[in-house]
Amino acid sequence: MSAQGPTRWQEAVIERIAPLTPRIVSVMLKADLARHVAGQHLDVRLTAPDGYAAQRSYSIASAPGRPFELIIEKLDDGEVSPYFHDIAQAGDAIEVRGPLGGHFIWRAGDGGPVLLVAGGSGIAPLMAMVRDWACTAAALPLMLVCSARTWDELPFGEELERLEASRADFRFVAAITRSPGHRPSDRTQRLDAPALRELIARWGHVPRHVFVCGSNRFVEGVTRGLADAALAAGMIRTERYGGAE
Amino acid sequence: MVTRGFTGRRPTAAFARRLPPGQFETDDFPVLAKGPTPEIDLAAWRFTLSQGPRPLASWNWAEFAALPRTQWQGDIHCVTTWSKFDTRWEGVSIDDLLAAAGVAPPSAFLLALSHDDYDTNVPVADLVGGRAMVATHFDGQPLTAEHGGPARLLVPHLYFWKSAKWLKGLRFTARDEAGFWELRGYHMYGDPWKQQRYSDDP
Repeated sequence: MSAQGPTRWQEAVIERIAPLTPRIVSVMLKADLARHVAGQHLDVRLTAPDGYAAQRSYSIASAPGRPFELIIEKLDDGEVSPYFHDIAQAGDAIEVRGPLGGHFIWRAGDGGPVLLVAGGSGIAPLMAMVRDWACTAAALPLMLVCSARTWDELPFGEELERLEASRADFRFVAAITRSPGHRPSDRTQRLDAPALRELIARWGHVPRHVFVCGSNRFVEGVTRGLADAALAAGMIRTERYGGAE
Repeated sequence: MVTRGFTGRRPTAAFARRLPPGQFETDDFPVLAKGPTPEIDLAAWRFTLSQGPRPLASWNWAEFAALPRTQWQGDIHCVTTWSKFDTRWEGVSIDDLLAAAGVAPPSAFLLALSHDDYDTNVPVADLVGGRAMVATHFDGQPLTAEHGGPARLLVPHLYFWKSAKWLKGLRFTARDEAGFWELRGYHMYGDPWKQQRYSDDP
């Protein structure tokens, strides 16, 4: 790869910032980057007047070939996320590089059935997969299970409801942990082993690819549950944020 | 390029000297892994040094625990831009491991092999001379599964993806063979002070 490769920093212009939930904004970027694969991320770099710079990675939520959409959750003690929530406006320029990442990715050619499990803002790379999948015509079962404390804290809920209404091979389950479900099909309990086993049984497919993204605690809980539900570890890919003692 | 309105949160001068470019310091201990955390039974655990397919030496858990112990305290740096300062580790240095096996490194490169089919390449020169260990304890406690327990490689002067979790062996290779992330766009060496994050970083 040359200096024109995905690791060269380049300018991107913020086209739009809009709230998705009370704590998550959608950031649409205009950037001259290569087409991404669903699941990949961009590195973002912000630079202060004295040259001090901070960089972070954010998963791309948009479908390949579409303008880059990042979703950014506000971390109260964060350094970069508050900039996108409190300061950045349409027209501002930031630096980005990418698309990057070669493991937590899915292409239509990889086939299915596909099981996606998201916790909170961990939906970003999975949303890219859902949107990519929705562009393909062939029937291929895909189930997206999203965990959020309330329906209002679940990003893209309405878009996912519309997609479920239009595609018989798409199953969307909202696992709402701190309030009543929004729809009759929503679950109002944690995604433990019995819940996951039942969801997969009702779906009626054996997944070939499983992607789990969210906080480390969420991913640990879900992957232990999936192991109990007899899914092989080798088919499960994870992406995590945050830590453990 | 200056970002309008961004001021950032600078580390203190003392911390800044210890922070490689593009990193931020965290008190947290983030967890990253390509898949589920494997459950490893100590009764079945084995650690093997090999040259290509040929085993050179191997230890079960009790034998491994009887090897000379080494402690190290210092800073670790993850390619995802967090750094953690003053971490305390204990385990068996690669020097002691080679001495116990009675072998000299048969080549200049190796692949660290993990129970979850992860692997990563490290030059042997970066593992000997007191620069690396197979760590079994963190902060005085047995290493938890999420952080790579029962045993992980610790090569603190390289980005932390080189410090393979759930280590089951070291395999000497004739050439510098790319491992899991190195095959997926990450740097072959991974020096945090040179920001060798991705394969085409200098």
